[in-house]
Amino acid sequence: MNSQLLSQLIKKEFLLEFRQKSTLAGILVYIVATVFISALSFKKIIHPTVWNALFWTIFMFISVNVSSKSFMQEIKGKGLYNYLYYHPRQFILSKIMYNMILMAVLSLLTFFFYSWFVGSMVQDMGMFLLALIFSSSAFSGILSLMSAIASKANNNISLMAILSFPVLMPLLLVSVKLSKHAIDGLAWSVSYKYLLILIMLNFVVVALATLLFNYLWKE
Amino acid sequence: MIKWWKILSALLILYTLVLGMLGPVPHLDILNETIRNLFYHVPIWFAMLFQMGYSVVYAIKQLSKNDLQSDIISNQAAQTGLFFALPGLLTGCMWAKFTWGTWWTFQDPKLNGVAIAVLIYLAYFILRSSIDDEQKRARIAAVYNIFAFVMMFVFIMILPRLTDSLHPGNGGNPAFGKYDLDSNMRLVFYPAVIGWVLLSLWILDVKKRLAILTHKENEQ
Repeated sequence: MNSQLLSQLIKKEFLLEFRQKSTLAGILVYIVATVFISALSFKKIIHPTVWNALFWTIFMFISVNVSSKSFMQEIKGKGLYNYLYYHPRQFILSKIMYNMILMAVLSLLTFFFYSWFVGSMVQDMGMFLLALIFSSSAFSGILSLMSAIASKANNNISLMAILSFPVLMPLLLVSVKLSKHAIDGLAWSVSYKYLLILIMLNFVVVALATLLFNYLWKE
Repeated sequence: MIKWWKILSALLILYTLVLGMLGPVPHLDILNETIRNLFYHVPIWFAMLFQMGYSVVYAIKQLSKNDLQSDIISNQAAQTGLFFALPGLLTGCMWAKFTWGTWWTFQDPKLNGVAIAVLIYLAYFILRSSIDDEQKRARIAAVYNIFAFVMMFVFIMILPRLTDSLHPGNGGNPAFGKYDLDSNMRLVFYPAVIGWVLLSLWILDVKKRLAILTHKENEQ
């Protein structure tokens, strides 16, 4: 029953998203426009470090933008309804999982457009994709909680950025390092420990978010 | 009435200030006399981390008991910790100028960690100031505090062990740890740590009392 409610909630998130196609389309335009601007202004990126840094910067801004709205849509009256029917753990887990799926798709899309417009430099594609998937899932874990916090504090969008950037930084640095290794095509024996840290960070983030959301939930 | 540990803290800091300058130190390559910074820089960071840990403990207490007093203490401890970041940064920068030849470098994970810690606590204060309701602020700030502390812990404690740091003791740089068998430095270093931590507790004590009093006055 527990997992049934959870899957219902995730389904609800998807339904809401697809019913309101304009936001999804907005995100896509955002991705394409940002990548296009960077392609135009950089002309041609030769250095892998610059390529990597630019990619992660773009991705960070996209993910903050996407997930900032995940709790802002929850209006006051609906909160009471959710409070009656669901356990807070289910609620935050549904948000995190939905965000994980969305972010994984968006990160792949960003990578696709980025390597199309700017040019790809990745030598070890498998490792890069692993880094992308795991960091986007950890991103969504952190950002879901931050969005919940920001939504409790007057819903302002700049607060979301202020709160989440410093907290994202450790994660981002690990991802940058790992994807740099993938770009340079280093052996897996060199970079596996960063992958492990990334996976461990995923667990830590999700566990903390589910624990702490209990206290945010009560009004 | 002044408590004994406050006097102890003043005495210990005085002792380490004097002996840190005059006492014997091992002569190492690169570090030379700047090794004395260990008596000032490192204990100040310990005091900062102690205060931030204190802040998190009270944040957890706040969430479990839901009393405003813990929230006030948590907030004050975070402020005290941030206050200690300033001398920590200054002594660190001065030391870096003489050993690494630069005031600041982005290559070192510990330096980045400190910058992130400062940013995190600034964000914490901004979050606090953006919520008006006291109870709500206490809860939300505590949640952010705990989450941010864990991420910062990952940053400061785990990441530098993975990558090379320019700091002494990392990446083949000479460190105090290997040479302290003569125990002359220990005689100064450990009292310095205790002294600075006690000083931070003293500052926190004063700030805490003031904050609780003003809170009570506002309530009436």
